[in-house]
Amino acid sequence: MTVESTAARKPRRSAGTTAAKGGASTAGSKTAASRTAAGKGTGAAGKKAPGTPGADPELVQLLTPEGERVADATYDPYVADITPEELRGLYRDMVLSRRFDAEATSLQRQGELGLWASMLGQEAAQIGSGRATRDDDYVFPTYREHGVAWCRGVDPTNLLGMFRGVNNGGWDPNGNNFHLYTIVIGSQTLHATGYAMGIAKDGADSAVIAYFGDGASSQGDVAESFTFSAVYNAPVVFFCQNNQWAISEPTEKQTRVPLYQRAQGYGFPGVRVDGNDVLACLAVTKWALERARRGEGPTLVEAYTYRMGAHTTSDDPTKYRADEERESWEAKDPILRLRAYLEASNHADEGFFAELEAESETLGKRVREVVRAMPDPDHLAIFENVYADGHALVDEERAQFAAYQASFVDEGEGK
Amino acid sequence: MAAEKMALAKAINESLRTALDTDPKVLIMGEDVGKLGGVFRVTDGLQKDFGEDRVIDTPLAESGIVGTAIGLALRGYRPVVEIQFDGFVFPAYDQIVTQLAKMHARALGKIKLPVVIRIPYGGGIGAVEHHSESPEALFAHVAGLKVVSPSNASDAYWMMQQAIQSDDPVIFFEPKRRYWDKSEVNTDAIPGPLHKAVVAREGSDLTLAAYGPMVKVCLEAAAAAQEEGRSIEVLDLRSMSPIDFDSVQTSVEKTRHLVVVHEAPVFLGTGAEIAARITERCFYHLEAPVLRVGGYHAPYPPARLEEEYLPGLDRVLDAVDRSLAY
Ligand SMILES: Cc1ncc(C[n+]2csc(CCOP(=O)(O)OP(=O)(O)O)c2C)c(N)n1
Repeated sequence: MTVESTAARKPRRSAGTTAAKGGASTAGSKTAASRTAAGKGTGAAGKKAPGTPGADPELVQLLTPEGERVADATYDPYVADITPEELRGLYRDMVLSRRFDAEATSLQRQGELGLWASMLGQEAAQIGSGRATRDDDYVFPTYREHGVAWCRGVDPTNLLGMFRGVNNGGWDPNGNNFHLYTIVIGSQTLHATGYAMGIAKDGADSAVIAYFGDGASSQGDVAESFTFSAVYNAPVVFFCQNNQWAISEPTEKQTRVPLYQRAQGYGFPGVRVDGNDVLACLAVTKWALERARRGEGPTLVEAYTYRMGAHTTSDDPTKYRADEERESWEAKDPILRLRAYLEASNHADEGFFAELEAESETLGKRVREVVRAMPDPDHLAIFENVYADGHALVDEERAQFAAYQASFVDEGEGK
Repeated sequence: MAAEKMALAKAINESLRTALDTDPKVLIMGEDVGKLGGVFRVTDGLQKDFGEDRVIDTPLAESGIVGTAIGLALRGYRPVVEIQFDGFVFPAYDQIVTQLAKMHARALGKIKLPVVIRIPYGGGIGAVEHHSESPEALFAHVAGLKVVSPSNASDAYWMMQQAIQSDDPVIFFEPKRRYWDKSEVNTDAIPGPLHKAVVAREGSDLTLAAYGPMVKVCLEAAAAAQEEGRSIEVLDLRSMSPIDFDSVQTSVEKTRHLVVVHEAPVFLGTGAEIAARITERCFYHLEAPVLRVGGYHAPYPPARLEEEYLPGLDRVLDAVDRSLAY
């Protein structure tokens, strides 16, 4: 059986179990891993532990793909007091961040951006986890966390400078406690861990969340961040979006055990959550962040999701994956799922959806305008902020460069 | 404490102690830096006095050490990390080059990365593979890093103070074969800027420019040349990024001859950069091409051969002769 179908099932975590709280990794390890049961598994990861029936008991889910609310004794408390307004807020976040992402993709096609890494399909994982953070928490993203940036209040157009090629970062990380995008796979998990170690030293009760992909999980830096965070009991949540692919490599090329189970070997809990279920992502991330705040150390959350688009606009997924795969995941679209729930529970009416549609248009328009108006950086910006304290060589080369530029301009003017 | 004669390693130890004492944000991190005091005992006694929270024994993971130091710095700490030996910095090279060096610029200058990376470097101690290398040019080539190396105890003390106080990442190369050399350290002195070269010995016929472990060799060469009636000036560069070209130029305008000496391979090394710049700046002053003395384009040899590889008195004096013969 495939995971695609298990996602639709009710979770088997029985009421009253404290497995996740006490150490989900231990609980998880007793049951079978079944990501690779997705049909292509051939190795050990594809095998099921004896006595484990077909369902995927580890996958935390609160909303089925059909938008039905299902109970989960462990994680329900973390969303028990959620208001209809907050639910609509989650929906709005997902719709607008998807719109922003789509706009960026088309701007790339129009030549306005050099590259874009779309997050299409990962909205629930990003909005659920992003909304679980507190203002004083610190977020360390990779390069695809547009939805998380949205939750942190980073102006989405700030994300585009790097992809347009006008800067290498584009925002003040301390402005929203949202660090710069990191291109080197996995590097930021160590920065997150160090930051979390600092929080612990300060005796503060904020926490850190580090995003990375299933491919990144193979990097030494990620393993080292697990080691460091466990040894120093750092308040960090590792949020792995397993979107099934690392460019063309499926998760099977990264691991023979389900990723969330890795945590066990480091001595902290790992949980697999339905990454297309925004409520479940919110609840599980809250749980993990609260553990961190209480001084109980790191958690690995594996958000089991799917990258519906290409890896980036330079990628051609038709070369390595079948259309049917994408179609099967479209049936689990995170936005449709919450919409179905909102409608069924009468938490949102037509007016809300219409208003949101208008808001989405406005956002799209603003993004287009801002990107097209983004000026190329001044040439001398090359020498800006190379050092905080200044550097003689930079000063010298800046002066030479400026003189050269100036002579060029003069010549042009003389003609 | 004021003025006191001490070994270079001890001077760094005292400097770290002062920093830990005066700034609660300073942290020491690395493999074996705690109870053991580091394999060279540079951090000896610091954990005992400042606790495991300030002097941190890390897992054996260099990328992890530097990567977490970056995170701590982002949080307002000033980590001073120890890489055990030169050849082991490479697992962390990625973090240093792709992250540490560039983050300040990428953040529009809004964040600072006051991280010091201490690396015992260079040969001459009869060690095994990966324990004797001089990779400073690899770091100096990277914008965003400062790269320095003291040659004596006083500089070791003061340059470490300045490195820790710098808001930029500093790669602090410690000449491991000079760890036990003693000299006067005045902890009440007012030091010059971190990147400033100093004239270690005055002379008028030729300038020898060196840093770290080679300064002593050059001073010995200058003393030997004196007996042959030659007046050699020795410049201790102290910093490889930035390089104090002004001081080199001043000296070369006086002596009209320059020989650069370092342990690292000559090819594409610090000496090449100095030769190029000084040729540009002092073309009409120079009476000979700038010469370089250093390591070969070959892996650092086994200990029994290192005396051949490392620039010694003879090779330096030979270059002096060649330069003055033009
Ligand atoms: C150290 C390093 N190696 C290789 C790359 C090139 N690269 C960019 S994205 C990527 C795949 C990453 O996959 P995953 O971690 O699953 O994240 P996803 O892109 O799927 O969100 C690779 C190999 C890189 N950026 N850094």
